[in-house]
Amino acid sequence: MGKKLKRSLVVLLFLFVGIPAIYAADGTHIDTGATAWMLTSTALVLLMIPGLAMFYGGLVRSKNVLGTIMHSFVAMGIISVLWVIVGYSMCFGGNVLGGWFGWDHNYFFLKGIDTNIIDAGVPEYVFSMFQGKFAIITPALIAGAFAERVSFKAYCFFIALWSLLVYNPLCHWVWGSDGFLYNLGAKGAIDFAGGTVVHISAGVSGLVAALFLGSRRGYPYQVIRPNNMVITMLGAGLLWVGWFGFNAGSSVSSGLSTAQALTATQVAAASGALTWILIEGYHQGKATALGFASGILAGLVAVTPAAGVVQPYGAMILGILASGFCYTAIQVKNRLGYDDSLDAFGIHGIGGIVGALFLSFFIRPSWMKAAAAASADGTWSVWNQLGVQALAVGIAITFAAGMTFIIIFLLNKVIRFKSSEDDEMAGLDRAYHGERGYGMLNPS
Amino acid sequence: MKLITAIIREVQLDKVREALIEAEIKRITVSRVSGHGQQRIEEMYRGQIIIPDLIPKIKIEIAVNDSFVDITVDTILRAARSNGLEGHVGDGKIFITPLEECIRIRTGERGGEAI
Repeated sequence: MGKKLKRSLVVLLFLFVGIPAIYAADGTHIDTGATAWMLTSTALVLLMIPGLAMFYGGLVRSKNVLGTIMHSFVAMGIISVLWVIVGYSMCFGGNVLGGWFGWDHNYFFLKGIDTNIIDAGVPEYVFSMFQGKFAIITPALIAGAFAERVSFKAYCFFIALWSLLVYNPLCHWVWGSDGFLYNLGAKGAIDFAGGTVVHISAGVSGLVAALFLGSRRGYPYQVIRPNNMVITMLGAGLLWVGWFGFNAGSSVSSGLSTAQALTATQVAAASGALTWILIEGYHQGKATALGFASGILAGLVAVTPAAGVVQPYGAMILGILASGFCYTAIQVKNRLGYDDSLDAFGIHGIGGIVGALFLSFFIRPSWMKAAAAASADGTWSVWNQLGVQALAVGIAITFAAGMTFIIIFLLNKVIRFKSSEDDEMAGLDRAYHGERGYGMLNPS
Repeated sequence: MKLITAIIREVQLDKVREALIEAEIKRITVSRVSGHGQQRIEEMYRGQIIIPDLIPKIKIEIAVNDSFVDITVDTILRAARSNGLEGHVGDGKIFITPLEECIRIRTGERGGEAI
């Protein structure tokens, strides 16, 4: 009898103490499995940013290594702060100003989501922080296009403005529940984890910035070699690992769709990397480490929009196509002679476009059935979806290119964007940070 | 034949190299060295200004035939001065030493021809 009483007391205690902690004010239940995976994903996506810093940092000359790494790190500071203040609201609030971006005063400083739990059973703080990491990495990707020649101060202002005026609106259009690209066609433009929002926008903006700034001193006649391929390879590895959070986390659940996205991600990265060294081996005679890393990235970028809808064979083909197109794009760049220093456009722009368009051919049948059911006349073909994808890609390219040009043009009137000749020769590390990356490494 | 050894500031390396290439002096060896001179530089470490013991510098070594000594030295003098043409403590030094022999490994050529 006494034992029973004790047990019921424990149960009662649990009811009073335990339950208020896992139920939100409106009674939505926390799915602890999904929440645990989303917390992990949030950390994994953050890991991609030091990964990107290492990837880019190893590719520049030794005098610019810290400056290049700082391009990624400072984004973690600037964009995180902006995200909490207005970013989340601009992306995931309701339409304002005709759907130009979103706004919800509850999201201002995240002040109204303290106890919110979204429908997926995840605290809104977790969703908000997860999405915030995407906002951080996107402007950091652009830095690859104009590495080794921008003023640090101007870069900081640039990524702040770019995040507010390019990323947030695009993110709202594609991922906000009332965004117009989210509702395009039968079941929306497919951008699972950020092909258009992250990679196309960053790649295209990088190209515009690189063209606006002009090339580095001595490019392309002077050979500019990577200072440390080892950290580049480690960075590529971290990016691959982090991408599981980026793609599989974008299911905002912990279940079947997570597993599908995770598998597609692994397959595309591997096939992309293999394709790259095969092409390179055939074309140049040697399989380079940088080629393998580039192939990993090309595959990952291409599968980003597609991870939720393609099956493994589709992901494999996307990886192959991405490496083929990106490799060609870099050869074309070398012919044309513009200085997209670390191929932000060649990999992220082209890879993103390839993924967003070609995914239409590999969508799993169940998705197409659901789209047909949702469409007005009950049918929905691959070509219908390709049209929707092409429109979304076109809008992303035009918007990102135009807006980036305006931002840089105006910003350049206030703060000189390109490093002075002396600063560029001395190196970003010394000119803007007063430090040096290495001890006695020989100059390169 | 002479061996010209120039110790210069790290930041001046690109300028010096470009100037040398412009003057048609293209065979150089560059290394990173450190040492003591008249200069004391201040560096930031953890937000503190500190003065490191050994100051990093760049050493350029150029082997030249006698007729090229002047133009090489003049070029380095012009390009290695910081602060426009005024110069600052710490801009470095140039040493010229006689060079006994020079042999090209590929052909075994000796003397001025091999430089």
